[in-house]
Amino acid sequence: MTDDPSSYGSNLNMERYRAHYGQMCRIREFEKAAITAAQNKLVLGAIHPSIGQEAVAVGVCGNLRRDDIILSTHRGHGHTMAKGADPLAMMRELFGRAGGYSQGKGGSMHIADFEVGMLGANGVVGANINIAAGAAHAIKLRGEDRVVVCFFGDGAINRGPFLEGLNWAGVFRLPILFVCEDNGFAATTRTHAMTSGGGPAARAEAMGIAADTVDGNDLVAIDEMARDLIDEARQGRPRFLLARTYRLTGHTSADTAPYRSEEEVELRWLNDPITNMRRILEAAGVPGTQLTAMAEAAKSEMKRAYEAAAATDWPSRELAYADVQDIGDPRERAF
Amino acid sequence: MAKMTYIEAARLAVAEEMRRDPLVWAVGEDLGRGGVFGQYKGLVDEFGPERISDAPISESCIMGAAVGAAMTGTRPIVEMRFSDFALCAVDELVNQAAKARFMFGGQTRVPIVVREPIGMWRSSAAQHSQSLEAWYAHIPGLVVAVPSTPADNRALLKAAIRCDDPVVFMEHKNLWPLEGEVPEGDDVGRFGKAGSCREGCDLTIVSWSAAVHTAMEAATALASEGIEVEVLDLKTLWPWDRDAVLASVERTGRLLVVHEAVAVAGFGAEIAATVAEHLHGALKAPIRRLGAPRIPISYAPVLEDEVRVTAGAVAAAARGLMGR
Repeated sequence: MTDDPSSYGSNLNMERYRAHYGQMCRIREFEKAAITAAQNKLVLGAIHPSIGQEAVAVGVCGNLRRDDIILSTHRGHGHTMAKGADPLAMMRELFGRAGGYSQGKGGSMHIADFEVGMLGANGVVGANINIAAGAAHAIKLRGEDRVVVCFFGDGAINRGPFLEGLNWAGVFRLPILFVCEDNGFAATTRTHAMTSGGGPAARAEAMGIAADTVDGNDLVAIDEMARDLIDEARQGRPRFLLARTYRLTGHTSADTAPYRSEEEVELRWLNDPITNMRRILEAAGVPGTQLTAMAEAAKSEMKRAYEAAAATDWPSRELAYADVQDIGDPRERAF
Repeated sequence: MAKMTYIEAARLAVAEEMRRDPLVWAVGEDLGRGGVFGQYKGLVDEFGPERISDAPISESCIMGAAVGAAMTGTRPIVEMRFSDFALCAVDELVNQAAKARFMFGGQTRVPIVVREPIGMWRSSAAQHSQSLEAWYAHIPGLVVAVPSTPADNRALLKAAIRCDDPVVFMEHKNLWPLEGEVPEGDDVGRFGKAGSCREGCDLTIVSWSAAVHTAMEAATALASEGIEVEVLDLKTLWPWDRDAVLASVERTGRLLVVHEAVAVAGFGAEIAATVAEHLHGALKAPIRRLGAPRIPISYAPVLEDEVRVTAGAVAAAARGLMGR
């Protein structure tokens, strides 16, 4: 949280941050709509909201080109939208409908849009780290100047791929930025209770990956730091960004999070990244009415996506057999 | 035709495919010095250390990075050293590689070849000797190749490298020095096409990998007793050539499946069940399976041999099916 919003003053790139504010509102409204859809049994599987963490997704992805690559986690709606995915195709995927990004075959935890370089959320914590290293490896082999950003949570640092993937990136000097979104929780357990040693940044440093820490609820700070780190990474100097934030919802939309107090959560809402950004923009002279209009526009956009997704057909049954592999007839049944 | 060993045939396949397609590269521990068995010997001189790439002892990352690199437009050959070690990378293979194309609705493909040498040689004990091919045949999305000859090793490895889906390629360690004729020219194998190693009218033996040679040894012995055995080499377990198996068993009326892996829940069970479902009325004898007992593999030769399916055991089972 920025204690003094006016400190950014007139140097603030108003257009850029107004757009970023709008993008954070879109992500927030998308997830609020998705949570409503889950309550209304339109989203059938689990969803993992990133409410409270939007600044990390927007601040980092705002520094990427369309042909750059990201990999995300089970909590990936924000990253996906920030990279440029279409909320209607996302909503359809969450609803399991035709026209979803994966034709309704993946759902929220496997959301992906390869057209915009979003190579997939992942249902296995930490598994995306190795895959991201490989994407960066391919970029290097092909002599391209693209960069990979790999998002994961603080829970992932206790999985083996964290060690293996960071070491790999260091050994092969890959164009990759690792972004650890530290929201304080590994599923429904406080991460620090299950983590030995100095935490994510210390572990990254131990593997020769320079690590920086940022306030994950301060979009301007993230944007500025990510810009520099992505520039570095693009040169083949892998970097690590630890963004300290807080998960304002439960682990899933169904998790009431009884493992933490209401007071704790209320206090954290005072540091909501969207409100923080709004304060900064207002202090810099952007009229509050304009910002309210942006938030309202985001809300109507997601309401339309919700309604359109709900009105979309289910995928054709044949799709259950499509895209398994080219070899061997998947229609062969065992029953 | 040129005479070469099983290992040389594989090396030739890799070299030919890397020359043909600059996006093919290999990654694994010790590849720069030729790989643990010498499967990559000399290749670094021709292709350089970026395309014949060493890797840290990080099986999970070798496999996972290959998945990411495959989704980003390259065609990695993944070297796992031993199929036993590949178990450190099962999430990356089973949850990621095998499912990415489907799970993302066809937005991506994962063209990787995972080389996982299998099988017993001498005194390598429980963590360097296993044959785990049935595990992967069980997983939708994976191709499973189990070549038994130098010619097939080259042809199927070339097919695997050209395949746009993940292929688990299981070479048998005991076959590395096996010599055989390998066709000239661009001989690319076909998945799901069994080979007939020997024709016969009394009994069908279905096998793959090194066990094919055991079956052939038994078949030769049985011929001298007047039992004519047809030996089918499946070559790939997914897809597997069920048409060839059904056609053969329809002719002979008797089936014996022979594999080195543990018999319980081995791929032989799938073959036996399929034949029973389709040819119940045509069978002249109950179907039999021969595989290893469900015990870990020992170090001491005398104990290790308890796990081996020998030519003698195959011949005895065949005689039993013939009522002799």
